[in-house]
Amino acid sequence: MVITGAEIVIRSLQEEKVDYLFGYPGGAVLYIYDELFKQDKVRHVLVRHEQAAIHAADGYARSTEKVGVALVTSGPGATNAVTGIATAYCDSIPMVIISGQVPSSAIGQDAFQEVDTVGITRPCVKHNFLVRDVRDIAPTIKKAFFLAKSGRPGPVLVDIPKDITAQKCEFEYPQTVAMRSYSPVVKGHHGQIKKALQLLLEAKRPMVYAGGGVVLGDAADKLTSLVRKLGFPCTNTLMGLGAYPATDRQFVGMLGMHGNYEANMGMHYCDVLLAVGARFDDRVIGSPAHFASEPRKIIHIDIDPSSISKRVKVDVPIVGDVGEVLGELLALLDSTSARPDQEALGDWWKQVEEWRRRDCLKFNQGTDVIKPQYVVQKLWEVTGGDAFVTSDVGQHQMWAAQYYKFDKPRRWVNSGGLGTMGFGLPAAMGVQLAHPGSPVACITGEGSVQMNIQELSTCKQFRLPIKVILLNNGYLGMVRQWQELFHGNRYSESYMDALPDFAKLAEAYGHVALRVQKPGDVEDALREAFKRKNDLVFLDFQVDPTENVYPMVQGGKGLTDMILSAEDL
Amino acid sequence: MVSKQKTHMRHVISLLIENESGALSRVSGLFSARGYNIESLTVAPTEDASLSRMTIVTSGSDDIVEQITKQLNKLVEVVKVVDLSESAHIERELMLVKVRATGKDREEMRRMADIFRGRIIDVTDTSYIIELTGTQAKLDSFVGAIDAGLILETVRSGICGVGRGDRVLKV
Repeated sequence: MVITGAEIVIRSLQEEKVDYLFGYPGGAVLYIYDELFKQDKVRHVLVRHEQAAIHAADGYARSTEKVGVALVTSGPGATNAVTGIATAYCDSIPMVIISGQVPSSAIGQDAFQEVDTVGITRPCVKHNFLVRDVRDIAPTIKKAFFLAKSGRPGPVLVDIPKDITAQKCEFEYPQTVAMRSYSPVVKGHHGQIKKALQLLLEAKRPMVYAGGGVVLGDAADKLTSLVRKLGFPCTNTLMGLGAYPATDRQFVGMLGMHGNYEANMGMHYCDVLLAVGARFDDRVIGSPAHFASEPRKIIHIDIDPSSISKRVKVDVPIVGDVGEVLGELLALLDSTSARPDQEALGDWWKQVEEWRRRDCLKFNQGTDVIKPQYVVQKLWEVTGGDAFVTSDVGQHQMWAAQYYKFDKPRRWVNSGGLGTMGFGLPAAMGVQLAHPGSPVACITGEGSVQMNIQELSTCKQFRLPIKVILLNNGYLGMVRQWQELFHGNRYSESYMDALPDFAKLAEAYGHVALRVQKPGDVEDALREAFKRKNDLVFLDFQVDPTENVYPMVQGGKGLTDMILSAEDL
Repeated sequence: MVSKQKTHMRHVISLLIENESGALSRVSGLFSARGYNIESLTVAPTEDASLSRMTIVTSGSDDIVEQITKQLNKLVEVVKVVDLSESAHIERELMLVKVRATGKDREEMRRMADIFRGRIIDVTDTSYIIELTGTQAKLDSFVGAIDAGLILETVRSGICGVGRGDRVLKV
């Protein structure tokens, strides 16, 4: 059957079982939008800014096991998408972005709405393509989906010149992909896995450190059984929250710059560390030199060989899909009667519990002003710990990570690597579309939410009953916190005057909104909001402007060098 | 500085990459984005026109070079990567030198070209172009051996490298 390139694009997306396409039309993609109009399998979600289209597709992907898909036009459509693409790239999120390009003959002529999209996005995609022939559209889209979700996942961009979408050719969607240059390792090296198990069984002070790779690899169940069978303490990174149930006794909390005392101390003083789908980044281990100052054996399971021994020397590297490798570790453990030294493990747990008794996340709510931590804690209670939670970037993000206890993977959606303000609201749209009946909360700040506030309009159009939890402290809180601690209280440009009345603003977009000022009203407001199953409810919590995020490890310092509270200063 | 030089070894990395437009910028972009050195980079299609072969001369500590090869392997279009400097290999570079050749310098230049097994491939009343192939060190010593004042211009290709004997880089 001979059809146009535009129809091939849509038919290919149908073949990939794409149900939602997040996008924004423009000149270079008009043929594609015309084909979208003629069918109803792929539903298009019209955002208000291209960055939001990418974040929405990203939230959709993070909260499901599927690939997020977005469509933007050439020039500014593509450049607006770049922040979203880089966000997904830094967190290894599987996405396919289709961008229109000026007609082939106009490329390089400085045409209207022309940019070198492939060139601009090259450093922030897993791979990208410029399609030069209509016959290449279907095989390229097939490759894009395959690349996006296989190996270490990531965003893949397909740039299609307008004339190519108007040309015609025979359509047949390829069933398989063959790329001689690309074959990610799946199974781990058996000998290495045996060596790893041996180390784990000999450990006296073990620690399991699991990251976003466990969530992306859908290996949370396997990780949980392994950790429980071994009886070891387990910590998760910001990206790994939910990989191990947070309410479990063996969970010692998030680690890193704003990690729990017991997690950071355990990470530093363990003698055997099992790192799974995590990458020892600067926000996790602080100074690599300080981390290396304490001797320990490290086992590192990761699908990306370049993540291994990049910042920290590893003793037993295992390249492979974390699910496969954990499965094999479990099978090996089941086939042997050997178990870790229980006496040593008992002593180690005593130490961990002693650290835990420092109760590093305690805060004093009081009766006057709402503490931001209290809002997140109540949100967790009111939603029974079972909501999907997205966040923006800053203090509220850390409080969300610390006080919402995620027991399941793919419930926590945040921009960890790039740290993109403006991520939370559009990401929540993707999450809500993927899980129509489920509660979705977007924890945000008054700085972040204004970076994509226009999406309240998209939420109205598509009837997305997101609950926006605004922790409004009137400051760019994390910036203010650093200025207080490290820049002599000089609050340079971190105070925003002339904030809008957010409740009125949300109402203007057609939503339900409420400003909450008293601690006693927090719980009722949250309960009322989640009762309204069909409405977006925007809750503007006026929280303590002086509150800081603790514990804290200053950038570049060692993990054990923690500020636990304001009294430590 | 001394200790830095000690740990920063020179490496010759050879790779096969799909002969697609943009492939070169993926490689060069990787080096600039991650702050790796490139001393030279040569690229041309192989006998199989769908593949290009690149020789990259870089330097860094063992950790950095390990990261370089891992990151290169991670590029979707890269088919194979080897660090030639890990074992016996051959390096060659081509240089063209245009020199002033008048009076007694004409004879002297011809003798120098002969000694270094170079060839004079262009002659005018006042100049020669000398073609010289060899290791980087040989080309450097030729440039050092002739009168610097007589050099009009030089152009060098960068290193091409290949493993000795049974070591073959092929798909």
